[in-house]
Amino acid sequence: MSAVPVAADAPRGWTRRFRSNPTSWFGLALIVAVVLAAVFAPWIWPVDPLEQDIVERLVAPSMAHPLGTDTYGRDVLARLLHAARISLVIGVAAIALALVVGSAIGIAAGYLGGWFDAAVTSLLDVLLSFPTLLLGLMVVAMLGPSIENLVIAIALTELAPFARVARAPTIALKGRDFVEAGRALGFSDLRLVVVHIVPNLLSEVVVVASLWLAAAIRTEASLSFIGLGVKPPTPTWGGMIREGFENILDAPWLAVAPGFAILVTVLALNLLGDGLRDAIDPKVRRD
Amino acid sequence: MTDAPLLQVENLAVEFRSGGAWHRAVRGVDLAVHRNETLAVVGESGSGKSVTALAAMGLVPKETGRIVEGSRIRLEGRDLVGLSERELDRVRGDRMAMIFQEPMTALNPTMTVGAQVSETLRAHRGLGAEAARREALRVLELVKVPSAARRLADYPHQFSGGMRQRVMIAMALACQPAVLLADEPTTALDVTIQAQVLALLEDLKREYGLAVLFITHNLGVVALIADRVAVMYAGEIVETGTAAALFDSPRHPYTEALLRSMPRVDRDIGALEPIQGNVPSIREIGAGCAFAPRCPHAQDRCRAERPTLADDGAGRGVRCWVRGLA
Repeated sequence: MSAVPVAADAPRGWTRRFRSNPTSWFGLALIVAVVLAAVFAPWIWPVDPLEQDIVERLVAPSMAHPLGTDTYGRDVLARLLHAARISLVIGVAAIALALVVGSAIGIAAGYLGGWFDAAVTSLLDVLLSFPTLLLGLMVVAMLGPSIENLVIAIALTELAPFARVARAPTIALKGRDFVEAGRALGFSDLRLVVVHIVPNLLSEVVVVASLWLAAAIRTEASLSFIGLGVKPPTPTWGGMIREGFENILDAPWLAVAPGFAILVTVLALNLLGDGLRDAIDPKVRRD
Repeated sequence: MTDAPLLQVENLAVEFRSGGAWHRAVRGVDLAVHRNETLAVVGESGSGKSVTALAAMGLVPKETGRIVEGSRIRLEGRDLVGLSERELDRVRGDRMAMIFQEPMTALNPTMTVGAQVSETLRAHRGLGAEAARREALRVLELVKVPSAARRLADYPHQFSGGMRQRVMIAMALACQPAVLLADEPTTALDVTIQAQVLALLEDLKREYGLAVLFITHNLGVVALIADRVAVMYAGEIVETGTAAALFDSPRHPYTEALLRSMPRVDRDIGALEPIQGNVPSIREIGAGCAFAPRCPHAQDRCRAERPTLADDGAGRGVRCWVRGLA
């Protein structure tokens, strides 16, 4: 009896589809490398990213400074690695905040329906009509630049996608037989949502999170580039590009290295997100 | 009957909104199910039998439907009409439970079977995880899921259709309700599994003295499990009686026609005769008998005046001017 073959629509099936996709493996490997580099930065390259050296200014890449030094003689590799920590922490924190708040809004709108749903949906449309960067810029300008405010600003720009992605499956799920059956068993609305609806839409929300994490990192870099991000001398990729930009002709490595770091991270997250989406989205399943 | 019915529906009417107007899908239904009794409600699609069951559970969708004032739904003597959702939640799954037609979709694909059966117990009995698991195991063994202890951690997709329906029954019966509503619970199963599930329901009914309201369009199933039968047509009961009486001597022309359209192994009924025409839409029911347009015996009175459900005082009732009991 226990040897019943696992059906094709089994919940476990998507891991197999994900594993058989080489691009998503590549994305996953890249992102793991970036995270490891950020976590072990002080051991990989034990140089203080804040220490200035007036003699060794704008030195070209060499054995002592593999990525050269900046205007203040600070080691670019050390700054790059430490900036990865800031960028990743801000990105992940902002996405986590957007995921929790946005999904909660979307689920509430989808489950309750009626005028509440209509009101929330129109508000989300308003939020979506703002360009991400402009919205983030307005929020940071209002709240003032600090890491917490940056997280809030970025989270706010990505609330709407999460709310939308959570709302649609909630509407579909609340009409499903097992939710109806749960109602017939006397389960409260809260229990139906938390126990029966949320686990069934989690996979879709996680895919969105992986895709929008890249956008969050990009937004953070953009805000720091404009000068509304984390305050100097704390290294961030966006801030490093801005500082390096002034000397782009004499010392191109200053802007190119953090630019490349952003490129790799965003690319890795997009590959990973695409792979996850392909594995989970029934419309692109091939097997 | 010496004991009071566990579930008693009186004058139940349910309306649905469609195109700006309210239309009655159920028009004054009276039902009573006693302890250790199966009442089968039979009818075609659209006859209002499922809506009757949903209304009894308080599950009529609020946006589009409503129970008309004057309806009574008494569960163990307590009127459920007008109770708040919270009060209904306490009753549903505890004193009264329902099983549905589609075992393939009525279980949550992301939860283990053990967790789903435990959930009913945790919600109503406030049991802890371990106590609920033990109780869930007991109930799964009760509904004869083989090697239940091992299968607690399995997911619904690892179960066959018949096994899933057993799990559904386990979820419904976990808190030992007094009344079980079954809305075509075997329709999606193949015939041998269907017979097993029906036999299981019969056993459970006897063991716990359940009152079972069994909704079906399958007269073969009715013959197998029903003590009493209520035949529904266009939102009202047209004939009631014991299963034996109804099958042996149908009175209402609709019941008769229904039986003639079904093949029987126990006697020769000649060629099968389909019933001409269609069930009227709830928007086009006139003043008279709803079956009159399809009825071979229809007279002028049938078209003008709605017949009453004439009762012989012994549980047999027929709603017909021509072939009634009077």
